[in-house]
Amino acid sequence: MITLTDLRKSFGPVEVLRGVNLHVARGSSMVVIGGSGTGKSVLLKCILGLVRPDAGRITLQGEDVANADREAFLARFGMLFQGGALFDSLRVWENVAFRLLRGSNPMTKPQAREAAIAKLARVGLKPLVADQFPSELSGGMQKRVGLARAIAAAPEIIFFDEPTTGLDPIMAGVINELIREIVVEAGATAITITHDMSSVRAIADHVAMLHNGVIQWTGPVAEMDEAPDPCLQQFIHGRAEGPIAGVR
Amino acid sequence: MIARALAALGRPALAALGAVGRVTLFALQIVSHLFRPPFYAREFGHSLLQIGWFSLPMVGLTALFTGGALALQIYSGGARFDAEAVVPSIVAIGMARELGPVLGGLMVAARVASSIAAEIGTMKVTEQLDALVTLSTDPIKYLAVPRVLAATLSVPVLVAVGDSIGIAGGWLVGITRLDFNSATYLKTTVDFLEVWDVGSGLVKGAAFGFIVALMGCYFGMNSQRGALGVGIATKSAVVSASVLILAANYLLTEMFFTS
Repeated sequence: MITLTDLRKSFGPVEVLRGVNLHVARGSSMVVIGGSGTGKSVLLKCILGLVRPDAGRITLQGEDVANADREAFLARFGMLFQGGALFDSLRVWENVAFRLLRGSNPMTKPQAREAAIAKLARVGLKPLVADQFPSELSGGMQKRVGLARAIAAAPEIIFFDEPTTGLDPIMAGVINELIREIVVEAGATAITITHDMSSVRAIADHVAMLHNGVIQWTGPVAEMDEAPDPCLQQFIHGRAEGPIAGVR
Repeated sequence: MIARALAALGRPALAALGAVGRVTLFALQIVSHLFRPPFYAREFGHSLLQIGWFSLPMVGLTALFTGGALALQIYSGGARFDAEAVVPSIVAIGMARELGPVLGGLMVAARVASSIAAEIGTMKVTEQLDALVTLSTDPIKYLAVPRVLAATLSVPVLVAVGDSIGIAGGWLVGITRLDFNSATYLKTTVDFLEVWDVGSGLVKGAAFGFIVALMGCYFGMNSQRGALGVGIATKSAVVSASVLILAANYLLTEMFFTS
């Protein structure tokens, strides 16, 4: 469904992506792992058009996204940002229903509010939360609201950027389960970026490891532990010694 | 040696020209969005309230004290030429043409450009601008256009109110401290004040409002990462808006009042 071919991106002299090739099949959940600063977020932002790649091709169902109608293209996506990226000035339900209230076929406010409350319930939040502001919620609740916003318009493709960063292990487990349930239930294609191995095991059908600006290894999650790639093994076992240089 | 000196001069000149170009393109983008749907009425109304209504007390107090001080200065200076009687007319003309719009613009720059830059800058560093894009919403259209339009429309109103309060400040000082007759003071004010004195100030107010919101939005949207980045964006917005207001004031005064 999503294919990246020789994707390259530099920021000044720093080459972040140095020829990324990756294919994500329709309905599958791909998790991209890699150390901090290896360009995982840049990869997602390139697909969404938030960052313009220097070279390479991104296709969605065979169509080059550079030639796609931008609004129609974005309407197919939902995204959960690392920090939630909830709009501070809007109430929780307005955040969740943001897309539903706008666009070519907007819902009325009562309809959108009702839909938002249903999505909040889907991520385990009570209707009472709907009228609060994001700043009144805990980190875990903000992540859930972000998740509700990402799935509000039933997108075909959902991106999750570090979904469990900053959460305690129990809340991280809850979010991982929710993501897995929602992706399976909606039949959506998902790309998650993380360096949390418990998320990888909970969410992934396939795993790709980004290292030195290229996909170092990719394959089904079931094959990850047995894969011979030394970089992958160092990363998944969190070893200080190995081919990936650590900083002490 | 000479090449190095030329390069040292050329680099900041090129950077300045680049910045002017980017701001101009940003302003043109905003203007072009003014005429294309979708229009965000709620955002516009909210901006109108924040920029216009909530700036009223600050602009009013500034104008009140400025009008009073102006009356004292003109009285004191006029006494050297036995021209104390010009206090009402000069206060009125000074407030309407110059001090009302300029001080109003600068006060709004301090209050509004900083708040817009800090708000949008924080939205940028917390990825809220990226989130808007993924929700098929253009951040310029959703955030910048309503603010720029609201500032352009509301600052002239603030200037008009500021002019009135400033003139009232002069009148208050005139009748309580300078022994002017109240009715004579007001009559002189009305007799000497021309429509264009007020009109030119309102046009200046619209230009200054546009500048204030433009600078706030531009620096907010181009804020660098972290608290330091937002702080720099906020400072740059206020400084740039203030300098541009003073420069625009000179140009507009040259345009309006020299033949």
